[in-house]
Amino acid sequence: MATRVVVDPVTRIEGHLRVEAMLDERGTIKDAMSSGTMWRGLEVILKGRDPRDAWAFTERICGVCTTVHALASVRAVENALSVKVPPNAEIIRNIMFLTQQVQDHVIHFYHLHALDWVDIVSALKADPAATSALAQKVSPSWPLASTGYFKDLATTLTKFVQSGQLGIFQNAYWGHPAYKLPPEANLMAVAHYLEALKWQKEIIKIHTIFGGKNPHPNYLVGGMASAISMQSDNAINMERLNYVKGLIQDAMAVVENMYIPDLLAVASFYPEWTQIGGGLGNYMVYGDVPQNGFGDVSQFRMPRGIILNKNLSDVQTLDLADANQVQEQVAHSWYEYPEGKDSLHPWDGVTVPKYSGPKPPYQQLDENAKYSWLKAPRWKGNAMEVGPLARMLVGFATGKTEYKDVVTEALGALKVPPTALFSTLGRTAARGLETRLCVHWLMAEYEKLIANLKAGDSAVADTSRWEPSSWPADAKGYGFTEAPRGALAHWIHIKDTKIENYQIVVPSTWNASPKDGKGQHGAYEAALLNTPMADPKRPLEILRTIHSFDPCLACASHVFGPNGEKLAEIKVR
Amino acid sequence: METYARSASTYDVLRAHGVDRRRFLKFCTMMAAAMGLDATVVPQIVEALETKPRLPVIWLHGLECTCCSESFIRSSHPIAQDVILNMISLDYDDTLQAAAGFQAEEIRKKLIKEHPGEYVLAVEGNAPTADGGVYCMVGGDTFLNILRESAENAKAVIAWGSCASNGCVQAAKPNPTGAKPVHELISHKAIINVPGCPPIAEVMTGVLTYILTFGALPDLDRYGRPKMFYGQRIHDKCYRRPFFDAGQFVESWDDDGAKKGWCLYKMGCRGPTTYNSCPTFKWNNGVSYPIGSGHGCIGCSEENFWDNGPFYERLSSIPVPGIESTPDTIGAVAAGAALIGVGAHFISTEARRAAGKKIGSDTKTPDGEGR
Repeated sequence: MATRVVVDPVTRIEGHLRVEAMLDERGTIKDAMSSGTMWRGLEVILKGRDPRDAWAFTERICGVCTTVHALASVRAVENALSVKVPPNAEIIRNIMFLTQQVQDHVIHFYHLHALDWVDIVSALKADPAATSALAQKVSPSWPLASTGYFKDLATTLTKFVQSGQLGIFQNAYWGHPAYKLPPEANLMAVAHYLEALKWQKEIIKIHTIFGGKNPHPNYLVGGMASAISMQSDNAINMERLNYVKGLIQDAMAVVENMYIPDLLAVASFYPEWTQIGGGLGNYMVYGDVPQNGFGDVSQFRMPRGIILNKNLSDVQTLDLADANQVQEQVAHSWYEYPEGKDSLHPWDGVTVPKYSGPKPPYQQLDENAKYSWLKAPRWKGNAMEVGPLARMLVGFATGKTEYKDVVTEALGALKVPPTALFSTLGRTAARGLETRLCVHWLMAEYEKLIANLKAGDSAVADTSRWEPSSWPADAKGYGFTEAPRGALAHWIHIKDTKIENYQIVVPSTWNASPKDGKGQHGAYEAALLNTPMADPKRPLEILRTIHSFDPCLACASHVFGPNGEKLAEIKVR
Repeated sequence: METYARSASTYDVLRAHGVDRRRFLKFCTMMAAAMGLDATVVPQIVEALETKPRLPVIWLHGLECTCCSESFIRSSHPIAQDVILNMISLDYDDTLQAAAGFQAEEIRKKLIKEHPGEYVLAVEGNAPTADGGVYCMVGGDTFLNILRESAENAKAVIAWGSCASNGCVQAAKPNPTGAKPVHELISHKAIINVPGCPPIAEVMTGVLTYILTFGALPDLDRYGRPKMFYGQRIHDKCYRRPFFDAGQFVESWDDDGAKKGWCLYKMGCRGPTTYNSCPTFKWNNGVSYPIGSGHGCIGCSEENFWDNGPFYERLSSIPVPGIESTPDTIGAVAAGAALIGVGAHFISTEARRAAGKKIGSDTKTPDGEGR
């Protein structure tokens, strides 16, 4: 008889996600459902507001990938109003974007994902001297690797466990047969969990310098608010720039000497996970890190492209303004579309929520009915995966040298072929490899900023279109970025200086999407298929694959009500 | 505060971490300083951390963006690691905990049942109340039910951030999900509001360590906010205030005034109507704060700040002194909503006293008020 495994809440993610998996008699996943269980309605809240304020509202969609919605929003407004931001503003935005990417990826690896691979209880059995030897072998350049360092940590851990208050580590899956690391590798990973926790608050100070705070730094339509003056102690000056540079240098050391060595070390113990969790095989990237203005897609450091059916020899292009490309469906989502409509482009987006799921509290959802607050976005009818793996594959497939270098090096270190990337472990590895690229680009962007300042340009904002009186009566625009979790786009319609329509399609909506009208699974669902589970009562395997996507559900669940009509009618059955 | 037979004190755990007594005492002194307390209370902090077990905490997430958790882990003194491993026992927090699904919910239910009155409930986000609460569901139940169930046996409730304290962005007009802050849904419990989008990291850890140290909630204002962190206006502590007083303003983004760091009032700054510690603590261990990086304050710790916009429209009800230049004439407008908020803030010391509820200890607060 088939077994149904329910994981709700999926923890160590942002927001609220439920997964149900149907297992065959051998314990292999045969069908899966991903259900977003929250909805906030931000787009309808934006209607009628000042477009220059939209970045602040949309930034609050997510505090984990803070900054990315603000960036997509100011770009959408600038696109609608034909504003071109000064080069310094573009570089500062790139620096903030890359800072977010690096910080978020490191937090994901150590604090949201590592415990799927690392057994804390096993770490108690580690020999500190052997751990020290292992650490120095894995990363000769990382200084915190003495026997004493690991001995202190082992003592701490032991006392912590003996206190009887295990806090966030209690009732988990320790001792599960799917954990493969030796005790010393586990202890090393616990040490770096704590080191990463200390470091993440440092790198993010780059946001504070340019944006005043983090989470939720400030952005500005037309550029940035942080004026630059080498003659002022009250602006971005030499002291502030030195601060930024030092933080980038420290970040490089953490990524190159801790994160990447740890990633490769952990991955080497889980070769079977290069064969599990591949999923859709369709990948989509909008691209980002502009080098010649946001409008010149050909000059992005992160290239745009589409890959279908794992075919790396054919990278296709995409157009966000084409009404036939990005569309959203609601066949299995708790929304209703107008009669006769099954797919809508964001410009024409309509969302009337209509909950038809079981009355809470409930035990299970129905995979044949509507089962999620997420819509099902599709590109030309295809379900797509977005995120670091998609970006690394598109970069690799388009032949970008930097991408080819880091991918080839990692595959060589792990002694696996490129097809190993189409997997749960491939997704996790791609995130680390992307972090390497990003941290080096961070320094490159910093150097560009200095070069621009040396050339005499200190402008950070174009205010020619600041006053609403300078705007056209009717304007449409879109802005996009590559959030840590993948392709993100905002579409705006401005009418009589106010927001008429605002529509957002976010990465986790692509990845966590329910099935569409044709019954095609979303990326999480597809990736769970055919996964063998050792102990269905302790669903570690499901967590590994779902976490490899880095879910962000507050981002994913949103709604748009175009005419301010009553938004919801509920049928509780 | 009651003792728990099963647990070690914070000092025990710190000692196990190789922290010697000298460093421990230094830590207590720094903690007192961070909370703005007199040196005479240091022995009290030492005693509290030496003898009390780690306080169990359930940290729920409703409709929110997790910026509060992200802010919390940015804390510099104490660092998040110390709070999580040494000071509290973070038994349930779906953003950080290792267990998922059934195993996660089991922890929460067990704590509620077996340790009534012993744990603190920390709430990040708020509950949608429209349509039976279906806009936020966890473990197959509505967040509204989970919030009520978890609050029932809590010693006290901390409402983290503006979502939990006053509704924040999803409660902005027209509030499509009927999102409501914690204090509108939970009664008969001591609730401490820690607003901000997010709150400053050290404010969050400061609130927690205050409760641990003194076994009581800090003094609260009429909005349920700790006076020690939300007692004064940003405008009154802002390092750019002298430019305001001198009539020197940024008139346009990136202008000469912006480069000189002049006052952002004319660019819409909400410093004059916002109560928070940003200018004093600053953000991310003192690096900067919004005004310090050239953008006005958007008032994120004030009620309904999303609907008091647009953000770039200057506050009309704040009298502007003019010395070196003539500011716009202030109309003889009756005090606007913002100004009423300011006035009301100073009313009713009694209401604030009443709000500062004792939560189960005879520990004296530092100013010796026997509450």
